[in-house]
Amino acid sequence: MSELVFQIVVAVVKSLIIIFALLTGFAYMTLFERKVAARIQIRYGPNRVGPFGLLQPLADGIKLFFKESPTPRGADRFVYLAAPCISATVALAAFAVIPIGPPIEIGGRQIGMYLSDASIGILYVLAVGSLGVYGITLAGWASNNKYSLLGGVRASAQMISYELSLGLSVLAVILVVGSPNMTKIVEFQGVVPLLLLQPLGFLLYLISGIAETNRAPFDLPEAESELVAGYHTEYSGMRFALFFMAEYINMITVSAIATTLYLGGYKGPIADGPWWFLLKVLALLFVYVWVRATLPRMRYDRLMNFGWRVLLPVSLLNVFLTAIGVLIIEGRV
Amino acid sequence: MASFVDDVGALVRGLGTTFRHIFRPTVTYQYPEKRRPVHPRFRGRHKLMRYENGLERCIGCSLCAGVCPARAIYVEAAENTDEHRISPGERYARRYEINMIRCIFCGYCEEVCPTEAIVLGNDYELADYDRASFVYTKDMLLVPDPRAGEALVSRPT
Repeated sequence: MSELVFQIVVAVVKSLIIIFALLTGFAYMTLFERKVAARIQIRYGPNRVGPFGLLQPLADGIKLFFKESPTPRGADRFVYLAAPCISATVALAAFAVIPIGPPIEIGGRQIGMYLSDASIGILYVLAVGSLGVYGITLAGWASNNKYSLLGGVRASAQMISYELSLGLSVLAVILVVGSPNMTKIVEFQGVVPLLLLQPLGFLLYLISGIAETNRAPFDLPEAESELVAGYHTEYSGMRFALFFMAEYINMITVSAIATTLYLGGYKGPIADGPWWFLLKVLALLFVYVWVRATLPRMRYDRLMNFGWRVLLPVSLLNVFLTAIGVLIIEGRV
Repeated sequence: MASFVDDVGALVRGLGTTFRHIFRPTVTYQYPEKRRPVHPRFRGRHKLMRYENGLERCIGCSLCAGVCPARAIYVEAAENTDEHRISPGERYARRYEINMIRCIFCGYCEEVCPTEAIVLGNDYELADYDRASFVYTKDMLLVPDPRAGEALVSRPT
């Protein structure tokens, strides 16, 4: 087998594994969220379909699959159909550079547990992640519905505002590690997770991450109390499911990046491996659900104020202090 | 600055409260398997009562039908005879029907009944598949004869 064919086969297999894992993760994330939110509200949550409700995602999927998906009159049909596809594709693509475990050996070859060890690593994630806003904004615009449009406009404004803080908190990590490559970032955290060096950065990343994925308390683009369902008001059935999928996979991706950047990725106190990665991602996803079940939605002007007048200056300060710290440690000041 | 600390404190306390709730026992009744007890004065599905000796309490006076704000009750009376005695009075209800789609469970029929023949019971699972089956007839509403098995014989009280 020639080297090229081997590389292609490996890439395809890895892609399929990642897509399968993310889709399963999405399905069970919906159950996890409903279960945790239910416990917080002193309820059981879904427990009728299968043992402990474990087949609930399947039932939901079948329901969504067989639902009618009407297109509203006056909608821009092409964009209307393309928008959910953009959201879902971008959500899946962002996971490509995240290393979920140390390299393994198969047939005498080293195979990394990531789809691509891109040297720009985290920059790729930011670039692809920011494409996600197109799906939402175009969905809002193409639906020919005022609520959808407002949701889409809110989404673009919010995601652009919080992307700055997100990018700046990531920049501080790059300053400390000296490389945007994900594998290098994980290797750097062999002894001390970056959480201890960048506690403020971690907090900023977490808050911006919640805003980036449009999750409560920053779920303004779909604020049901004002905008019916925001940008996906006019979507139903599998088209809606694609947006839903994008949101949940984005949550998983943001948690996975936080794990990689701040919590040491697949590294643990003993026996490094994907299980540590999974455990940390699950913990962060729990925080997502926990926050959603606790905090009410913010008012829109406060959301913008918070993004521009609190998060952004603090992120800049964090980068500034980190840069000075790095210079001092390297003995250049 | 002080208010900022207060705000963050409030957020943390809120998260603490919700986290503690995770470990509380749930308050859910797993409904079809476990049922909440109904209150003693709960107004559910109607019952037509009998005396201890098995005679029907209803004397076919139609007061319930008259008072019913939803006009859900239909009563058709017939004369009792000594050979064919259904209720202790002069007359009995030959037909007694309640339209459960119209009924609003106000309980006026129960209040107005001079012989306490109609009583609202505890049963609230009244769903069905077609409209016709919501018209409850007399034999659906009537409680079983306490002298079950014995033949109904005329017995003046």
